[in-house]
Amino acid sequence: MITDSNEKLLLEGLAKDDKTAIETIYKQNYNTIQAFILNNNGSVDDARDLFQEAIIVLYEKAKRGDFELSCQIKTYLYSVTRRLWLKRLQSQQRFSGEINHLAEVVPVEDELDRHNQKAQEFEMMEKALSSIGEPCKSLLEAYYLQKRNMEEIAGNFGYTNANNAKNQKYKCLMRLKKIFFAQYKNED
Amino acid sequence: MEELQLLEAVERYLSGEMTPEEVTNFEQLRKNDPSVDQMVVQHTMFLHQLTSFGENKSLKHNIQNIHQQLLQDGDIQEVQPKAKVVSFLKKYRKVLAAAASIAGIIALSISGLVAYLTPKRTVNEIEQLKRELYSVKVSQKQTQNEINSFKNGSFKPPATGFGGTGFLIDGRGYIVTSAHVVAKSDSVYVLSKDNYYKAAIVIADENTDIAILKIIDGRFQPYKNLPYSIHKGSSDLGESIFTLGFPRTEMVYNQGYLSAKTGYKGDSSAYQIAISANPGNSGGPIFNEAGEVIGVLSGKQTTAEGVVFSSKAKNIIKILEEAKKADSTNNIKLNYASSLKNMDRKQQVKKIEDCIFNVLSY
Repeated sequence: MITDSNEKLLLEGLAKDDKTAIETIYKQNYNTIQAFILNNNGSVDDARDLFQEAIIVLYEKAKRGDFELSCQIKTYLYSVTRRLWLKRLQSQQRFSGEINHLAEVVPVEDELDRHNQKAQEFEMMEKALSSIGEPCKSLLEAYYLQKRNMEEIAGNFGYTNANNAKNQKYKCLMRLKKIFFAQYKNED
Repeated sequence: MEELQLLEAVERYLSGEMTPEEVTNFEQLRKNDPSVDQMVVQHTMFLHQLTSFGENKSLKHNIQNIHQQLLQDGDIQEVQPKAKVVSFLKKYRKVLAAAASIAGIIALSISGLVAYLTPKRTVNEIEQLKRELYSVKVSQKQTQNEINSFKNGSFKPPATGFGGTGFLIDGRGYIVTSAHVVAKSDSVYVLSKDNYYKAAIVIADENTDIAILKIIDGRFQPYKNLPYSIHKGSSDLGESIFTLGFPRTEMVYNQGYLSAKTGYKGDSSAYQIAISANPGNSGGPIFNEAGEVIGVLSGKQTTAEGVVFSSKAKNIIKILEEAKKADSTNNIKLNYASSLKNMDRKQQVKKIEDCIFNVLSY
């Protein structure tokens, strides 16, 4: 179990999407991870992609209220990046059988499976949102993602009152749900 | 239209905008009509999905911004690997030039010396060549005899030094076997289930009785990864072990245990193991229960029953390190993580058997 209260604070910060926390995690780990990827035939772009994905995996874990890592953040991020990189190499058939490694790793397979599942769902949502068209997309994003209130939205989108905007929003929401669930069922 | 109203009701119910009276009514409706209840559940899940989608998007955006910011402030650096190579060349250009010219001078003077010295010894050399040809003929005859006796059905297991076992340590075709299996040979072949490949001896170390071969046959398909790993540490007395080898033309499985931490007459580079081994088992991998290679079978004591020796797997690592020092182009990569842990023996063997070869040296 982790005893370092700093690390716990960082995870709590990350779960709240707190800028300072992310910055600290970034500063402490980015260069090491990048060096690892570069040493194993990766590029700077690979390093950035994978590191950011690893932070999202960590975020998802923290978001579930799971602040008790069985290891340090450093080890966790390294383990996730290493696994992701192996997967990518394998999918590109570039895997040479051995990865240069020095650091300790912890098992992260289950969490990565969960992460992939989530990423797939997000992709479906993205697709559904882009296929309902404007002004539906912006309207729903304003209300559900940016959490703005109906009066403000009505003003911005040129509706005569909040009630009209609301009705329009429900119509859009219905379409979005239909498209999303149609994909969702196909995936199963 | 009804659907739209229902959706509105569900949204208001979930966001707590309903008056207590409305809530009571709605909950009643939900109880009586399963389709309404279904819709509430489905919508809750959908809203959750939508919110986490939004959070994910904003997080990604934030991370990207932080990346750019830290990059600007110099807290992190994006090091381009190519830049390194250029600076390396620049840095050592003079040294490289000097080295190249020295090499050139030496090459020229040696070829001069050779040209000056050779003519006088022509007669001698031709004689030597003759003898060489003769010895090739003899070994060819022996081979022919072996093949004939095999055809006639009176084939006996080849004596050690003629046939053995080898196993892959690098999927690109590097094979470890015993040095005595390939000693004094002029060509080496490795046989897998249904194919044979020509191989070259990369390193042969008689002290530890380990040789490394490389398959040099274009038909060989490299393996992406090997199931087993090379064990770095030392192993314990009594540890259960198993091996796969070719004492006959068919692969044979055997198991036993580690009986001493040193080999013949206290040789610390070897183990003594208790396993039934026959000529042809030489060069076979010794696996522990986790599917890690702990040694390479090398021979048995003829004056005692059931005493077999195995070179330690550490020797492979040592030999490769020394080879790397001598020649930096040698880049054999060993696998240190076995994927066979916690599997039962049958499955382990099934995974391993493709990586074991019958080594034939002529």
